[in-house]
Amino acid sequence: MAAESLERILGEHPFFGGMEEPYLQLFVDCASNVRFNAGDMIFREGEEANTFYLIRHGKVALETSAPERGSVVIGTLSEGDVLGWSWLVAPYKWRFDARAMDAVRAIALDGRCLRGRSEEDHDLGYELMKRCAQVMERRLQAARLQLLDVYGGGVSSKR
Amino acid sequence: MMVSLSDPMAPRPFRVQGVRKETYDTFTLELDPPHSAADGFSFAPGQFNMVYVPGVGEVPISISGDPGKPQTLIHTVRSVGTATQKMCARGSGVVLGIRGPFGSSWPVEEAVGNDVVIVCGGIGLAPLRPALYYIMAHREKYGRVVLLYGARTPEDLLYKLELPKWRGQFDLQVEVTVDSVTNGSWRGNVGVVTTLIPPARFDADSTVAMVCGPEVMMRFTLLELERRGVPAENIFISMERNMKCAVGFCGHCQFGPTFICKDGPVFRYDQIQPIFATREI
Amino acid sequence: MRKSSQTEPAVLERDQLQWLLQALINKGYRVLGPTVRDRAVVYDDVTSLSDLPVGWTDEQDGGTYRLKKRADGALFGYASGPTAAKEFLHPSDVRLWRAKAGNGFQMEEGPEGSPKLAFIGVRSCDLHAIAVQDKVFLDGKYGDPIYKARREDAFIVAVNCGQAGGTCFCVSMNTGPKATSGFDLALTEVLEDGRHYFVVEVGTRLGAKVLDQVPHKAASAKEKAAAERIVAKTAGQMGRTMDTKGIKELLYRNYENSRWEDVAKRCLTCGNCTLVCPTCFCTTVEDVTDLTGEHVERWRKLDSCFTMDFSYIHGGSVRSSTRARYRQWMTHKLATWLDQFGTSGCVGCGRCITWCPVAIDITEEAGAIRQSEKS
Repeated sequence: MAAESLERILGEHPFFGGMEEPYLQLFVDCASNVRFNAGDMIFREGEEANTFYLIRHGKVALETSAPERGSVVIGTLSEGDVLGWSWLVAPYKWRFDARAMDAVRAIALDGRCLRGRSEEDHDLGYELMKRCAQVMERRLQAARLQLLDVYGGGVSSKR
Repeated sequence: MMVSLSDPMAPRPFRVQGVRKETYDTFTLELDPPHSAADGFSFAPGQFNMVYVPGVGEVPISISGDPGKPQTLIHTVRSVGTATQKMCARGSGVVLGIRGPFGSSWPVEEAVGNDVVIVCGGIGLAPLRPALYYIMAHREKYGRVVLLYGARTPEDLLYKLELPKWRGQFDLQVEVTVDSVTNGSWRGNVGVVTTLIPPARFDADSTVAMVCGPEVMMRFTLLELERRGVPAENIFISMERNMKCAVGFCGHCQFGPTFICKDGPVFRYDQIQPIFATREI
Repeated sequence: MRKSSQTEPAVLERDQLQWLLQALINKGYRVLGPTVRDRAVVYDDVTSLSDLPVGWTDEQDGGTYRLKKRADGALFGYASGPTAAKEFLHPSDVRLWRAKAGNGFQMEEGPEGSPKLAFIGVRSCDLHAIAVQDKVFLDGKYGDPIYKARREDAFIVAVNCGQAGGTCFCVSMNTGPKATSGFDLALTEVLEDGRHYFVVEVGTRLGAKVLDQVPHKAASAKEKAAAERIVAKTAGQMGRTMDTKGIKELLYRNYENSRWEDVAKRCLTCGNCTLVCPTCFCTTVEDVTDLTGEHVERWRKLDSCFTMDFSYIHGGSVRSSTRARYRQWMTHKLATWLDQFGTSGCVGCGRCITWCPVAIDITEEAGAIRQSEKS
């Protein structure tokens, strides 16, 4: 895909939306297209978090490993979702595994580079923080709703 | 002082001809109307009956069948209390008392010409299934049709045989999610049903949304629909309260100035927005 | 609504009132009127004037009710008792139907008849309460056949109050003290200048027919004026007032007012107010069976929104706090009732104030909420 297309895609996405030049160009410079096959591990828990992804196509499972249960899916993301915010929050290590559930196309962004630039340019840092905070807020809300266990009943219910 | 046989407080006998187990605690009952009802049991999607287990008790249950097939009355019932437990346990051949249909219905006619988004959680799919049947039977009248369904775990999904059939239809977008997985065989979405709303394919400017599920789930769903830009007057929700008579006299189902048995259970969201936001009302 | 008749007011001497009772009994009515029982004035069967609360009056205030002997022998010298026509028009325990279960389900034929009722001594506030319940039970999509059967044939002899009760506010609610409609006959009791008589106003043709069975004279101008004076005096004696201007919107705006917490500290959720209120209509349904499970019945019983059961769904009550339940009762009575039925649910009889064990006063609560917006 040509660089202009990347610029258009990033510019239209809500995460990057409202970012002005030269920041948008900076993102384009830090972006590349990636593909994953079904079953590929995109990143693993504990690894250094240096790249984050904008999912263009396909589904990604966030997983964790529990000894007696094996790999447990705690959430799934699909097209339009931003995968990963640990690249911007110390200690910059992934908290969960991410596995491609089917063929996944995504735009990968160099988080380490953006982190470095943010230390120098606090305006850039603030813009990135605002956007990451929104992603985290939505994940937190969804997680809380999951915890509320509103449907009740079920095989694993204590009732 | 007793009422006549045709009084709305008098149940009519319907015989259970089939019981299908949907999940651990949820069953779908198929009932035959009495012989006197030549045209079967007519109802509008979203309406409910008062279902009576003779000698035990009576509870409000949404009608879950196809409004285009009134020969069989279908109720999906969650076995939680004395009456519903008996209803599900007694099996075929028993006679239940039916009063109804009562209440307001989903705006399947008003939605013509628009996209339709159906968002449901848990047993909330049961009162929406008749609307989906109606819409699919008149598919050409609507734009895009989306079904977003969330349940607690994969084992708690209703209508497990029908869901893949619906998903297989090219003219219907079906997204299913579960709050959590208990074993490894689920290959679908994991997460609350509200996460399915941002990527769903519908035009917020000309969409009618129909929402049903636990009140907390509906509250968060309304927020997400609002975020997508669906106006409050295009969103319809189904409410639930304690009900004893279903004809507006016992007073139990009051929700602000409305009676859920006759002004609801389906409400246009903008009309009840302030009451919906008030706690313990 | 029966058309009111053109007949001029009549006059009955005190003892001649007995003939009116007799005329009603002769026509097959079960006559219900005020009687003294358990130190209160309660509606019960009356056949003779001596059954009425002769020479009794009541002293009412917040959480207070006492019967006191009067200096005169007035027959209707009290203001209101804890019960009214509701007890008979909307009975607290009714069997809706009986059926055979077992194999199949067969309902027994209804309905059973009930004797026609005549009420004597109904105050204007209670006439309005009956009209309010008429709207609830007769005007909707579904009618209540039990109320309808009893109401259709009911004969009402109203009484214009000779004195206001300590908690009355019918003037504020526009429901009295003068009875203006909804009666077959209306009496005003006059004890003046050594005389004891009743001025009788005719409300309907049926009322005129019954009056014709009773020897009477036309009321003189002096007698009519005496009756009017008495009612006017009563209007000036109200124990309470309620500002009803925009009260619906006021309460709709104030669902989160701190006054609800305040009243919740006092309210016991005993439900007395719902029992004595002449318009409260909520009921519950009880399905019963014999030990074989083959004979089943459905009963309707009076209920109260103050119980935890009332709003129970899915393992909990929607209104579990006292605050929520008191708020439900009061906003229903004064606000949502207007949207539901086109009238206020409150007729200003003051019973809820009198019979509340902790003297919660609906007029005071409404006033406090109104005042809180001004400060």
